[in-house]
Amino acid sequence: MCLGVPGRVVAVNGQIAQVDFFGVRRETRLDVIDEPVQAGDYVLNHVGFAIRRIPDHEIEETLALYEVLLREAENDMMAADVRSEIDAAQLHSGGSGG
Amino acid sequence: MAAPAERPTGADELKFRDPARARALADAIGRMVEQIGRAPVTVMHVCGSHEQAIAKFGLRHTFPDGLDVIMGPGCPVCVTDLPEVDEAVVLAEDGVRVVTYGDMLRVPGTVRSLAEVQSMGGKVDVVYSAAQAVDIAGGTDEEVVFFASGFETTAVATAAIAVANPPANFSILSAHKYIPPVMEIVAEMPDTRIEGFLAAGHAATITGWGIFERFVERHGIPVVVAGFEPLDILAGIAQLVELVRDGRRAVVNAFPRCVTREGNRIAQQELWRVFRTTGGNWRGIAHVPNGNLRLRDEFAHLDARRRFRIDLKRLWTQAPAALTQLCMCGDIMAGVSSPEKCALFGKECVPDAPVGACMVSSEGTCRIWHQYGGHPRL
Repeated sequence: MCLGVPGRVVAVNGQIAQVDFFGVRRETRLDVIDEPVQAGDYVLNHVGFAIRRIPDHEIEETLALYEVLLREAENDMMAADVRSEIDAAQLHSGGSGG
Repeated sequence: MAAPAERPTGADELKFRDPARARALADAIGRMVEQIGRAPVTVMHVCGSHEQAIAKFGLRHTFPDGLDVIMGPGCPVCVTDLPEVDEAVVLAEDGVRVVTYGDMLRVPGTVRSLAEVQSMGGKVDVVYSAAQAVDIAGGTDEEVVFFASGFETTAVATAAIAVANPPANFSILSAHKYIPPVMEIVAEMPDTRIEGFLAAGHAATITGWGIFERFVERHGIPVVVAGFEPLDILAGIAQLVELVRDGRRAVVNAFPRCVTREGNRIAQQELWRVFRTTGGNWRGIAHVPNGNLRLRDEFAHLDARRRFRIDLKRLWTQAPAALTQLCMCGDIMAGVSSPEKCALFGKECVPDAPVGACMVSSEGTCRIWHQYGGHPRL
């Protein structure tokens, strides 16, 4: 759960950002981000909130782990945790999965 | 559900993304453990995601025999105390809608879990985020209680929704826990003898690594903050073993791409504006002074414990399940035992029918070892 998930900011609207998570478009909240972000920035997200702007020169290194995990099977535990983090960024889902 | 110790497909690819560096780090760890000249050298990490990566990528297999890397109380679901689960169970039984993170659903309470209340017709919903819990409250007139678990990284999200004027029918039952105080407890446990801590990268993203300086001074045990890639973890362990070998009491930040000394100040402000620390039991570990995060008086109107009269006694007159008495979850989280030493592991206790919380959560040691094995060979 503490793994979080990085994503690329597509647009910012007040405290909400449209974020692309490896091809999946979701909304994440910017209430507790450490510094202002704009389209093109990468952010680390946890349970639906962006918690850090990832510095430009560190993006590639940060993404590598997640790219591998997201190619894993549905029942892989780490992969499932990453997918849950992406689902956390979806507004109005009212999720009933697990 | 997955079979135990299933071979992970992407593991080799990632582990060997920089094979020369991985080999060099593994060799360095082996050399330094040899130089320390006694065994075992015991270090502890306190993060479910670290254990997932160590198990999934077979890192224990690359560690030398003289090095024990054990998982401490790094699973927030696992350390949620029975009475905390019971509070949520009683609320749901009383007809209140309880929403919570998925792993909390099947955590055993004294007599039953939220999943069992749900199957008996109780209103229990799973959410992935605190904001989704607020959305549920916004769509109904009935009382909605967010049973909130997680360490400080996750508590920040709960704090953010608490300050954003949630609807009047929304309240919070906080089971949030704060990691630094439990490190103090585990550091002094006589049976454990931890020589170094690997601190979790994303919790430190919030708190900053500076928070561990006082811990190091007080306990004389080095701390290294590490990330979650196999190479990040190997590098973190190498740093930690070096500090142990040299007898250096220091904090090293081996995850600078996410962690700064100060951490995320805005997130800290929200966290401490909404929460205060109180003492409380961590399941199976101990009473941890300042280990629980509870709502401040300024947010009493959002505190489910003050909004509802939660009568736990009526649960406690019922007998707890006999198997739970045999569960070794506490010893495993305190670092004095491991899943394979538990008679229930993989037999009476499996992910589909967990006896203890460590088999429920994807951050629990037993659940992780059940999927990946504790010492898989890749």
